[in-house]
Amino acid sequence: MLYLFDLVLLVVIVLLAWRSLNDADLFRGTVSFIALGLLIAVAWVRLRAPDVALAEAAVGSGLTGALILSALVRMRRRGRDAPRPNHAGGAIPRRLIGVLLLALFLCLCGAMLRLAQWPEGLTETALAELPASGVSNPVTAVLLNYRSYDTLLEVAVLLLAIVGVWSLRRAEWPGDVRESYPLLMPLLRIVLPTLVLAAAYVLWIGTSKPGGAFQGGALAGGAFVLMLLGGFGRRALRHRYRMRVALSCGLLVFIAASVGTMLLTGEILRYPAGFAGHWILAIEAAALISIACTLGLLYLGGRPEEAGDGTPVNRSVNGSKNGSMGR
Amino acid sequence: MMYFDDRLYLIAGAALITIGLYALLAHRHFLRRILALNVMGSGVFMVLITYSARTAGSIPDPVPHAMVITGIVVSICATGLALVLAECVQALTGRTELSDERETSEHTGARPDTSDEQHQDQSP
Repeated sequence: MLYLFDLVLLVVIVLLAWRSLNDADLFRGTVSFIALGLLIAVAWVRLRAPDVALAEAAVGSGLTGALILSALVRMRRRGRDAPRPNHAGGAIPRRLIGVLLLALFLCLCGAMLRLAQWPEGLTETALAELPASGVSNPVTAVLLNYRSYDTLLEVAVLLLAIVGVWSLRRAEWPGDVRESYPLLMPLLRIVLPTLVLAAAYVLWIGTSKPGGAFQGGALAGGAFVLMLLGGFGRRALRHRYRMRVALSCGLLVFIAASVGTMLLTGEILRYPAGFAGHWILAIEAAALISIACTLGLLYLGGRPEEAGDGTPVNRSVNGSKNGSMGR
Repeated sequence: MMYFDDRLYLIAGAALITIGLYALLAHRHFLRRILALNVMGSGVFMVLITYSARTAGSIPDPVPHAMVITGIVVSICATGLALVLAECVQALTGRTELSDERETSEHTGARPDTSDEQHQDQSP
């Protein structure tokens, strides 16, 4: 029975992947991609990886889909380059690509199926150190204790991405949709606090059960996107420093923790014995804020205008909107 | 006592990688290529997670799980940056795909709509 479930799930995943990439209409393709992400999250649950499933459902499916859809809408609005059927690209004919890739697929399958069935792995090592790691969820222990150096660099990558985006373009705000969707505001009043609460819960529970800073950050990032859609927060975004502090606090706290642990224990990110849990939670809380802001601001696709930065026309438009937003 | 058939998942991972690579080579629209990279990434993640689930031990190996969570977050950052780069190209050249070297020089030689696009970009 479960074998059948796996089979159907994977066939649908592969078909959806094909469809999302080859549909003549890019919009439909992106919607297929979002559905694909949700099904892949189900596959992670089947593979006993609930932490990954949480991250995939929120980031891989929801936020990536939102990013691509909003970029698609902006590109269509801007482009006279109307969506047209794709033509075969470059000098390599598609049939040749197809044959070569079929060969690659068979090679990949052969190579992967031949690998050892029950290799050693790091499970026992990870579990043996778990009591001393300060948390009881092994994945969080790997992320924030055993291999916290990786996570430090990952938080730096997040900051780097938003620096890149901000230096390339100025944001185009999504249009004000409050008039056309009267139910949006009442919905947001319920959904936004719930999402923030859920993000904090996922962060907290991540020390012992599936969850953690990335999953919570993704939830809060989704809340951020909804907030932008509802037209909240424009004034806060135009503030010169507040947003930058929020974006960089994860990395700054992480670096401070690295320096602090080096002074206390003589080794980077080796937490003082008995207090590892506190250090991890403090780093995760700061990282969650940065992750949420980064993912939410990626959605804007550019740097929000700051006070005194925008053109006069834009400023007056935003100003009048701010006035009505205070209510 | 296999709880699932890992071969199915490995084959599906290989299929996702191949489909993504095909779309990356066969299509030229930026958004399709960005989607293709994401699908390839999902295929790689699926292979990693499947291997972590079939290691010896009471629970799946947590190290690949942590790597995949890192990978998911890094890939959305790369996607966001790539989308903005694509929009920059569109704003500068009016095109939504990379062109061959020859076409590019023709295109920039003519420059039919560059000034127009920039004007559009700045108007509210």
